[in-house]
Amino acid sequence: MTTSPAADELARVVRDHAGQLAASLVSLLGDFSAAEDLVQDAVETALRRWPVEGIPDRPDGWLFTVARRRGLDVLRRQENYRSKLAQLQWPIQPAPDDRLRLIFTCCHPALAREAQIALTLRVVCGLTTAQIAAAFLVPETTLAQRITRAKRKIAQAGIPYRIPRADELPERLGEVLTVIYLLFNEGYLSSSSDRVHSRDLVDDAEWLTSLLAGLQPNEPEITGLLVLIRLHRSRAAARFTPEGQLVLLQDQDRGTWDHEAIAAATALLTRTARRHRSPGPYQLQAAIAACHCEAASWKDTDWQQILVLYDMLLHLQPSSITRLHRSVAVRYVKGADVALAELDGLDGELSSYPLYHATRAEMLRAVGDYKTATEADRRALELTANPAQAEVLRERLATH
Amino acid sequence: MKYVLMFVDTEEYAKEVEAMSPAELEQVYDRVNQWFIDHAAKIRSTTSKLQGAATATTVRLDGPEPVTTDGPFMEGKEVISGFTEIEVADLDEALRMVKTWPACPIVEIRPVGP
Repeated sequence: MTTSPAADELARVVRDHAGQLAASLVSLLGDFSAAEDLVQDAVETALRRWPVEGIPDRPDGWLFTVARRRGLDVLRRQENYRSKLAQLQWPIQPAPDDRLRLIFTCCHPALAREAQIALTLRVVCGLTTAQIAAAFLVPETTLAQRITRAKRKIAQAGIPYRIPRADELPERLGEVLTVIYLLFNEGYLSSSSDRVHSRDLVDDAEWLTSLLAGLQPNEPEITGLLVLIRLHRSRAAARFTPEGQLVLLQDQDRGTWDHEAIAAATALLTRTARRHRSPGPYQLQAAIAACHCEAASWKDTDWQQILVLYDMLLHLQPSSITRLHRSVAVRYVKGADVALAELDGLDGELSSYPLYHATRAEMLRAVGDYKTATEADRRALELTANPAQAEVLRERLATH
Repeated sequence: MKYVLMFVDTEEYAKEVEAMSPAELEQVYDRVNQWFIDHAAKIRSTTSKLQGAATATTVRLDGPEPVTTDGPFMEGKEVISGFTEIEVADLDEALRMVKTWPACPIVEIRPVGP
């Protein structure tokens, strides 16, 4: 991920304050959409001016002043906003962090998944529409429409700005974690060292999860997701060659992993597991990642333990993708023939999923069926849209 | 806020209801009545159970002449079987209410225009 340190710093400062400002303006104006427009406008002004003028001493005060001035300007005709904004003085009264409400509104289940993701990035993390569009490779106009529609729905359908009631919290928190997980996946899978990113979505995902963990400290699944993200990030340096080629886990130089970060993340997972009974899906996935991170080599991986964890995960969340990942553990515990037989059962659901064919190809090679393996690798290559994955597959086809 | 709840039947549900004994049917009606009693404070005037989709007549006015056809406007496996208007604080309250609905398998929640 090659963004300049200055741009990273700028993004961090904006992210630290944009959500806070959005939260206080929504509370004040009682209008999510208007507040969000003001913040977006202030963020865009900051991104234009800070690189030239330098980041101000009090970035929050600066953003606030711009939003307020702009608000008075834009909302001149709407008397009630104007009087509310006119009363508003910096610093805003110290208030409890309101960003939790913001997150729950952005991730409301009545909004489409892609709208939840775009809104969360824009409202909570302070990304601009252009940055989000670039990260997801969609035209900016498409993304702008998505956000406009979502904001209109929030207003017209009466989606509330509030933390869900205790009995609704598990479902709604699940929704938020799904949004962050998808964001993380998008950033992780699309990343490669040869593609210049305007924004590191993985970093946004970690930041959001850690914000959420701070606001909801007793939710073990938030910690699970946080550990999962941190463990993946701890291996980032080994995922690509200096030439930008993807390196699979089994071939990675484990010496370049961030072992300090791994130790800290696994310790956090262990502490959480001790305090809470039966782990949820994110904790289980984090535990699987921890098994990989703690193995001295691919050969030393505790596949038995990984298989147990996958079985627990399948019990909670039966999905063919989980079965696919589990099949790798099955291969090392029970043999490639057993794993292949299990994979055959997934063909219907995963026939257009490149990783299914690539995994199957490896199993087929392990049992000596090179001809069918090559066919499976070819199929994976046809299906993948990810350049780094395609490169690995092409190399495989050339050497086998 | 005011919302209209549209109750939607599916083919499967229609078959399920057809196969019910009179006693089972009565139980369904009781549960539905109880639901309306439980939420009476939030339910506004109009609540209607509609006759089956086979009784619908559709008039299309977007051509040169109005065209009258037999059946609902959209042929599908899911048909609106009734509606009611509610008044609640926000969408979350409407969602809570709808999640306890004891009969047909789909409910659409639509805010009423200003």
